[in-house]
Amino acid sequence: MTLLEIHEPGETPLPHAGEGTLAVGIDLGTTNSVVAIARDGRPAALHDETGRAMVPSVVAYPETGGVKVGDQARELMAREPRNVVSSVKRLMGRGAADLHAVAGVLPYEIEPGSGETDMVKLRIGGKARSPVEISAEILKMLRIRAEQALDKPVERAVITVPAYFDDAARTATRDAARVAGLEVLRLVNEPTAAALAYGLDKGSEGIYAVYDLGGGTFDFSLLRLEKGVFQVLATGGDAALGGDDFDRAIAERMLAERRTDGLADRVDEAAVKAALVLARQMKEQLTDRDQASGRLEIGGVPSFHALTRPDFEAMIDSHVRRTIDIARGVLADAGMEAGEVRGVVLVGGSTRVPVVREAVAGMIGKAPLTDIDPDEVVALGAALQAEALTGGGDTLLLDVTPLSLGLETMGGIVEKIVPRNTPIPVQLAQDFTTYQDGQTAMAIHVVQGEREMVADCRSLARFELLGIPPMTAGAARIRVTFAVDADGLLTVSAEERTTGVQQRIEVKPSYGLSHEDMADMLYDSLEHAEEDMTQRLLTEARVEGRRNLLALDVALQKDEALLGADERAALDAARGRLEAAIAGDDREAINAAAEALETLSKPFAERRMDRGIREALSGRSVVELESRVSDRAGE
Amino acid sequence: MDHFARLGLPAALELEPASLDRAYFARQRQWHPDRFVGRPPAERAKASVEAAALNEAYRTLKDPLARAAYFASMKGVDLPGDGRTIDDPDLLMEAMEAREALHEAESVEAVEALAARARDDVAAGLRVLDGLFLRDDKPAIRKTLLRLRYLDKFAEEAQARRINLERSKA
Repeated sequence: MTLLEIHEPGETPLPHAGEGTLAVGIDLGTTNSVVAIARDGRPAALHDETGRAMVPSVVAYPETGGVKVGDQARELMAREPRNVVSSVKRLMGRGAADLHAVAGVLPYEIEPGSGETDMVKLRIGGKARSPVEISAEILKMLRIRAEQALDKPVERAVITVPAYFDDAARTATRDAARVAGLEVLRLVNEPTAAALAYGLDKGSEGIYAVYDLGGGTFDFSLLRLEKGVFQVLATGGDAALGGDDFDRAIAERMLAERRTDGLADRVDEAAVKAALVLARQMKEQLTDRDQASGRLEIGGVPSFHALTRPDFEAMIDSHVRRTIDIARGVLADAGMEAGEVRGVVLVGGSTRVPVVREAVAGMIGKAPLTDIDPDEVVALGAALQAEALTGGGDTLLLDVTPLSLGLETMGGIVEKIVPRNTPIPVQLAQDFTTYQDGQTAMAIHVVQGEREMVADCRSLARFELLGIPPMTAGAARIRVTFAVDADGLLTVSAEERTTGVQQRIEVKPSYGLSHEDMADMLYDSLEHAEEDMTQRLLTEARVEGRRNLLALDVALQKDEALLGADERAALDAARGRLEAAIAGDDREAINAAAEALETLSKPFAERRMDRGIREALSGRSVVELESRVSDRAGE
Repeated sequence: MDHFARLGLPAALELEPASLDRAYFARQRQWHPDRFVGRPPAERAKASVEAAALNEAYRTLKDPLARAAYFASMKGVDLPGDGRTIDDPDLLMEAMEAREALHEAESVEAVEALAARARDDVAAGLRVLDGLFLRDDKPAIRKTLLRLRYLDKFAEEAQARRINLERSKA
């Protein structure tokens, strides 16, 4: 039977739609980017005339005007350093505090965020430009490359992002694509895309790990591959850890060596860029050799530097160990032992560093898989997904949230609503209530992170639910709903359930995490879990204690007459002891004082209740009362 | 629709992980938003809601403890939200003693032993539940589930302390 389909105006369904345009997969990397296309389940990276798939993620705004991307931009780095940007991905959705300096100098001139957005801007080629528009130049270039290679317009793409990218960075990536004239079919996590390419190519089944160390980001994901299903079990990472950090360590060392040699350098952007370029070359030399050397020129004064592999390995040891710590944490989250992992796929140029490979092999106890080019595997997976989304495929990608999402509650405690590693899309709700009598507004503060206290997590958004009808404390029912879509983007809404007052926001965080924030969040959560718990219990005790004080005050205001002078004095004394305990740090003392106050105020509460009942009963007939009692019994 | 019905599974305390996965994958193949790219907004929205509900059902039923609590609530057992309040004096005493022991444990081995005991207790408790459901002994189900929740949380805390000790040793 054929059914006619009726569509909304302007909406045409697939696969009939857009047959003239193609959907590509794009790996928008920190150091290099790749565009690929899949046909009939076979993905291929698109090359330039010289046969290279990788486009350096470098953008230049030359003196002569126009924009250059890739190799042409990189060539300008030495001559016009002020007009060239690299590693812009590290700035996506971020603020100035997230940037790493070399010898106290950033390789860019920074403009603080202005107006509604706090995302950092760079002064490049004499103009302030946002990371979004700079990234868009890279995407435009990839789009043109694809159109030339395929001889067809390209308007849609699957773009990959680090699994550990937060909401701000994901949104910024989607915005950059829009600027480049590309419709984003889906944002796919890089390790998931790599697993897709790997699994479909090799027909692998079982538990696989993806270790993805790129130029600026690290991800580790565990997936189950089974008959066309790619189920992410757990993921973790660091959005500010990658090969760039290795370069920085080498550059710092060379600048220090020049100082030791008595060279009085004026370390400016150009000097930092020159040091970073040489550092990168030396790092790459060390992949196949035991020693690297190079010549650095700053302010016309040359210096010569050498680096042995053991020295280099010692310099990056803490970074490598951190990736292994994160990977272990992901295994623990999934409740798995390293021995259960069938294979570990290496992704990202930084996995070419021999000591990184050794560390991964050591942790999993197996030689890592590298048979698909680690620089291309992510783009190939993205292309496969683009084909599946437009042509209809049978593969199923089930991904998860990388970080927990929650709300601030009393005392700065985080109430987690969506725990990390929850499958997406997801919609979870929790009910909250008012704290004070007659409260008509409630501040909603959305946070991301693993720690128990708000101050240690990253703030995503704040809004206020207004117009709550005045009720006694605890009577209002405010339901806050978190929805994370298949792109990993969050929407939060709040509703007062007894009246239906509703407010909804799309969380668009304007500001990125500072590096000690997001980078260390997961790590810290493990390290601090115990003290967090103690802190949480203490805060809870305080909140509970204050609630008791408040309740007592309200009762005293109303029914003070029910108390004798002695009783009142005793209550006041107990009240004072609880207040003093709350001011201190001893949870047991707070709880004891609260209990003492409660015991002491019991007769008062009973008298108030008796009076309440007398008031309620006065003037009612026995029949009426009996029917009430039987109602009760029937409950 | 309850979580079991949503996945087309019989409501039961025991659930074969493989059959849960099969049911979940089959339904996600049908409803995952990836299948609705380019469809009209109304269809996309419906798919997203369905897929989210499937994820919620899967997540709840996959974890034996969450599944038991959910099954109990279906059977009319009244459980306090998230196990915050402990109104059982025996459990309160057990919890306080265990916390103290954890606090005093200074070696990784000692903490691991406590965690292992908690895990064993959880496994034993889950086995007991089956019989309680057969007898429909609601108070006992409630008491057992509250204890299991506490033990689960305790195992988590022990894990955190173990990682802490390992780090301070390294």
